[in-house]
Amino acid sequence: MKKGIRKTSLLLLVFVLAFGTFLAACGGDEEENETTNEQTETENGTEETNNDETTDEGNMDSDLAEDQTLRLNLGEEPPTLDPALATDNSSGSVISNVLEGLTVLDKDGEPQNAMASDIQISDDKKTYTFTIREGATWTNGDPVTANDFAYAWKRVLDPSFPSDYASQLYPILNAQAVKAGEMSIDELGITVIDESTLEVKLENPTAYFLELTAFYTFLPVNEKAVSENGDVWANWTDDEGQFYVTNGPFKVASWDHQNKIILEKNDTYWDADSVKLQTVEMLMIADENTELTMFETGQLDWAGAPYSAIPTDVLPFKRDEGVLNTIPQVGIYWYKFNTSQPPFDNAKMRKAFAYTINRQMIVDNVSQGLQTPALGVLPETMELKAGGYFKDNDIETAKTLFNEALAEMNITADELPPITLSYNTSEGHKKIAEAIQDQWKQALGVDVSLQNTEWKVYLEDINNGNFQVARLGWIGDFNDPVTFLDLYKELGGNNDTRWYNEEYTTALANAAEEPDEAKRNEFLMQAEQILMDEMPIAPIYFSTQNWLQQPTVKGASLSALGSLKLKNVYKVNE
Amino acid sequence: MAKYILQRVVMIFISLFIIVSATFFMMKAIPGDPLTSERSVSEEIEQQLRAYYGLDEPLFIQYVKYLKSVATWDFGPSMKYKAQTVNDIINDGFPVSALLGLEALFLAIGMGIILGVIAAMFHNKVPDYISMILAVIGMSVPNFLLAALFQYYFSLKLGILPTAGWGDSFEQTILPAFALAALPTAVIARLTRSNMLEVLQQDYMKTAKAKGLSRLVSTFKHALRNALLPVITYLGPLIAGVVTGGFVVEKIFGIPGLGMQFVTSINNRDYPLIMGTTVFYSIILLVMVLIVDLLYGVIDPRIKVSGKGKGGE
Repeated sequence: MKKGIRKTSLLLLVFVLAFGTFLAACGGDEEENETTNEQTETENGTEETNNDETTDEGNMDSDLAEDQTLRLNLGEEPPTLDPALATDNSSGSVISNVLEGLTVLDKDGEPQNAMASDIQISDDKKTYTFTIREGATWTNGDPVTANDFAYAWKRVLDPSFPSDYASQLYPILNAQAVKAGEMSIDELGITVIDESTLEVKLENPTAYFLELTAFYTFLPVNEKAVSENGDVWANWTDDEGQFYVTNGPFKVASWDHQNKIILEKNDTYWDADSVKLQTVEMLMIADENTELTMFETGQLDWAGAPYSAIPTDVLPFKRDEGVLNTIPQVGIYWYKFNTSQPPFDNAKMRKAFAYTINRQMIVDNVSQGLQTPALGVLPETMELKAGGYFKDNDIETAKTLFNEALAEMNITADELPPITLSYNTSEGHKKIAEAIQDQWKQALGVDVSLQNTEWKVYLEDINNGNFQVARLGWIGDFNDPVTFLDLYKELGGNNDTRWYNEEYTTALANAAEEPDEAKRNEFLMQAEQILMDEMPIAPIYFSTQNWLQQPTVKGASLSALGSLKLKNVYKVNE
Repeated sequence: MAKYILQRVVMIFISLFIIVSATFFMMKAIPGDPLTSERSVSEEIEQQLRAYYGLDEPLFIQYVKYLKSVATWDFGPSMKYKAQTVNDIINDGFPVSALLGLEALFLAIGMGIILGVIAAMFHNKVPDYISMILAVIGMSVPNFLLAALFQYYFSLKLGILPTAGWGDSFEQTILPAFALAALPTAVIARLTRSNMLEVLQQDYMKTAKAKGLSRLVSTFKHALRNALLPVITYLGPLIAGVVTGGFVVEKIFGIPGLGMQFVTSINNRDYPLIMGTTVFYSIILLVMVLIVDLLYGVIDPRIKVSGKGKGGE
């Protein structure tokens, strides 16, 4: 019996412990507010150090932390580290730190010479001559030559090579015809003059070509590494990445798939002296709240853009604490109208709906990420007309346009066909859609129903024209108006709206051929004006990038294009 | 016995064939494909991509190719994760999910049986109520909430366990294992309790008591063994479920397991990966059910496994 009692009490003990755990877990919720307040106080103290991005060169070395390891979260497994195959931000975030192109973009988005030590541009702006930097080498010891670039670009443009982003190279003379298999690769506008000289001929004077050369599809590959191993050269499965030859400030030390990538400083990099970080650990944790907790507990040095996002409900708190960093992004959130069916085949009707939207209210109360209301389609980093093309929440004009549209369509408001606003399933899109649904109801008295679908089903619906108003976003690949305006140049592709306008297309064609910058901008502005007069899309807001960084992280400058150059980042002592 | 096993194995292959076929045609029926993207590519590039991935071939040819890839256990490269083949993803992900799953299973069986036995022994008394309240919490609180609470409490507040991650230390597995174990613990506790209560009413329990056996001995030696039979039935699907990983727990704790792939492959319409993970999961499930049925006969001599009739399930 004694033994029995001991066993029973042991069982009870286990049980009490288990129960305690659950109670503790349940009680956690109420205490949440207290901690947030505590953190407010402590983190306010470090506010000043956190926000300055400019480096104080003078006392930099003395404060340099012993452990130069940066820990960040990519948010997902990069699908590939092959620049020719990459199509996404997480792949680009790794690739652009281990491979270096002819140019790199500084934090203002301006191209700076990188692998090219000198760039000559012809007077008609159609021929670029790049001189490759002397002393630049690959991690296998080979020098970086003009041929590495020619090889990499021709590889992308090979009709049998599955590169989604090959069209990024289309500004190069005959590139599209080569990719389509209509022309031989020898007719491509790339000439290797000698080991260190690369001549590139373009279709049109492309004002943003030097920005493109910094983009990952334009990055060089080592011919020997790729041709000897085929397309698995960047795969890291069997041979621990020994084929992955790179030329950038960092090299990939290990890639534990779906878990972690470790970068190490590349000592053979031409500018290795200015690289301070020794190691960069890149995790792949998909959950934003987990990332934030890891940041709060010091397990991560960085949270949020450009890799991941800060949970929306936390944004206002972090902003009030003064620890949130926010910069504009080259990106827009917009509603697309299906202009092939009534009622949105009528431009006035589209404008009435677009003018009604109260964008300021949406960015202040719904999306809450310090976005700016979009009254045109070009974000502020490339805007042509300050202040936009129309007034936000202009209900008066909207009502007039609405009635004119009804008159033109010969119907009354009651006879308006049922309208559905579509979005892909997501809490954030839903909140915005609900707000706009309400604004349309209030201002125009129109009942709009909402519909959400899973992402790929949604994209198929939009491609097939199976929608009336649908939300989409667009993030620019480079900092030039055509990255947005070209979407509506022709039917198909990413236009989605079924809208086509001869004048608009002509204006863009003129801009493409115009070597003079001022004249080009006029053509582009003309195009944006037409787009806003016709309103096949209703711009909502220009996106922002929000992130948190530990006060010990310095020198980090995020560009509007969403690329963080780890080369300049370093850590200081607390 | 051998004939029975053979019959079951044949059934497994037939089931697999049906699963593979159904998965293939359902997968093709969902709108969107691996190339559907917010950034549609130009026509000539799209054609090249379709040709490269064999998506331009007639459906029947694609079906035959998939059957072949299943038969040879070579699913080819993933369409989304271009750096990995589907076989690599399964080979990398399964051990991770399995390790975590076994930890959770160990916890669930241990805690579940203890809770269930306590509840039955103190039937309609306070310990019974408390055990069952815990079981209800375990069943009804979704594991993402539990996971978030664990992270908040043990990592952010107490700072004793890492928030997330994998492969650096054993501590990283503790929170996800508990989060994963919550539901099966509750199910096992309830199963154990109800069966214990039933068994405790049996005549042989009265005989045992009449023989003068202590309550503890009779409970553990005679009652528990019989009460655990239904629990074992539940273990088959449970093992298959936990060793192949849980999507939510893996996502929240950043665990590179197979459970995440199982779900995200569908969102990505990553055809080879959908096929690979589905077939893999099916095999594990079918084999587990078979093992449990065989085990059943070993534990309970009253059940004769034979070619006739249903062997459990």
